[in-house]
Amino acid sequence: MSEVLVLVDAQNGAVKKPTYELLTIAKRLGTPSAVFIGAAGEATGVAEAVKKYGAEKVYVIDDAQIKGYLVAPKAEALAQLAQQVSGAGKDLAAILLPSSAENKEVAGRLAIKLESGLITDAVDVEGDGTTTQSVFAGNYTVKAKVTKGTPIITVKPNSAAPEESAGAGEVETIAVSISDAAKTAQIVATQPRAATGRPELTEAAIVVSGGRGTGGDFTAVEALADVLGAAVGASRAAVDSGWKPHSFQVGQTGKTVSPQLYVANGISGAIQHRAGMQTSKTIVAVNKDEEAPIFELVDFGVVGDLHTVLPALTEEITKRKG
Amino acid sequence: MNIVVLVKYVPDATADRRFEADNTVDRVDVDGLLSELDEYAVEQALQIKEKRAEEEIEVTALTVGPEKAADAVRKALQMGADKGVHVIDDAIAGSDAIATSLVLAKAIEKLGAEKPVDLVVGGLASTDAGLSVVPAMLAERLGLPQVTLASVVETQGNQVRIKRDTDVATEVVGGTMPLVLSVTDQSGEARYPSFKGIMAAKKKPLETWSLADLGVDASQVGLAASWSVVEETAARPPRTAGEIVKDEDGSGAKALADFLASKKFI
Repeated sequence: MSEVLVLVDAQNGAVKKPTYELLTIAKRLGTPSAVFIGAAGEATGVAEAVKKYGAEKVYVIDDAQIKGYLVAPKAEALAQLAQQVSGAGKDLAAILLPSSAENKEVAGRLAIKLESGLITDAVDVEGDGTTTQSVFAGNYTVKAKVTKGTPIITVKPNSAAPEESAGAGEVETIAVSISDAAKTAQIVATQPRAATGRPELTEAAIVVSGGRGTGGDFTAVEALADVLGAAVGASRAAVDSGWKPHSFQVGQTGKTVSPQLYVANGISGAIQHRAGMQTSKTIVAVNKDEEAPIFELVDFGVVGDLHTVLPALTEEITKRKG
Repeated sequence: MNIVVLVKYVPDATADRRFEADNTVDRVDVDGLLSELDEYAVEQALQIKEKRAEEEIEVTALTVGPEKAADAVRKALQMGADKGVHVIDDAIAGSDAIATSLVLAKAIEKLGAEKPVDLVVGGLASTDAGLSVVPAMLAERLGLPQVTLASVVETQGNQVRIKRDTDVATEVVGGTMPLVLSVTDQSGEARYPSFKGIMAAKKKPLETWSLADLGVDASQVGLAASWSVVEETAARPPRTAGEIVKDEDGSGAKALADFLASKKFI
């Protein structure tokens, strides 16, 4: 069976859930091989983790020459790996990357290098390579397929339920040479984001968001999120007001989320916000304004003040959980 | 210094956006405008020009698209760009990002042949297809550094320094011009064209180029040359409003808890 490369998403050696989702999808297309671009010392741990989700091979590319620069070196490394794999007479069925801002750019450059078609932000990939995307603020569903070269597909988090299956996890270290031309956008400083202790916004099964209606006080939103084990999100209005950093923003210019449950609090539901959450499985909202457009798309809505409804709901949930 | 800003004409997000029979975006019958996210790119280009007033800086707005796409360039001219270039050719219709980046790269090379291009500025994404890949593809094609998704932009001499927010960190990234820069909606509110700007724009040069002007063969672009194919587009069934209750004396919280329990969230 032909190989499918899956770029591993890991932080400090800890593999993130979207990697397992992609490995699960990769099994539909061929034989999954994980690609870890990172510190050599973390490779063993990563290999142990990904083989539980079916990685037959784990290609390890040391990131010493890669991590200090934006995008271009990663694209070069992946292109060289792809050429090595197909040069060894093996068929390469696809290259899957978790859909992050940087990975989409990596995929874009890779597509040109490999003269291969690119599909971004897929929410599903079938065995024949047909992808599903959600477009126009979630109002349309598009099915597409790459017709040239090795399909390069970036896949959004929560696109598949990770399935465990033992793979060989055979580690192979890949030497790549990064050109000077790729090392021209230098990362001169990095400030890691403070850990919130909550799930990642795009990966969470439940997202509890707050908007203008919070008046800047997210206490009730966060308390509800914590009792539900949810991530916290914010509308653009809340971010523009400086109440939450941009990394919390759900919407067209922020994150697109597709959780099992989305709870919108004090959010009116402008098209830009809907673009980021409309494909959530279940949507509920709490808003003082019964005319708020958010109520047009909810499965359940409460017209009321979030500052009284949310604490009461949090208490009720805590009580029911016993 | 020579700055090129990439502007895209997109269907209005608040209009009824749809696809044509061949599954390409309907760009003709739906009201369009300059992509909101490209306004931020125009704004940053203009701010660089204004901050470096002692230098001679020209800002060129570049678009690829059908006839109406000239509107996107005009808006950029009204905001303050100095000149416009509109690449228009029937063969381009249906081009994917890969082909579009080729046309843009050739247009930038043509501009550069007249006067070297120091900075190419794009937005975070288009508001229609939204791939967010064209600046990276352009950097790849032009062999230029890419300094992308900036929330803060600073330039000094030929140095560009940006702040960029990723999922896990805030980074400071630096590069040397010429380079490709892209900016997010966090980079600063885009200005509205003034009455004076609108009047002045009418006298600014707006050139129209065809594929032949760029030395691009029609077979390299368009729907047929696309490296991927859209097989099907379907309108998502609109979400229908569910039960809405009014909160009275804490009844709302209880009703919501009942609903969440019925869906097994608690």
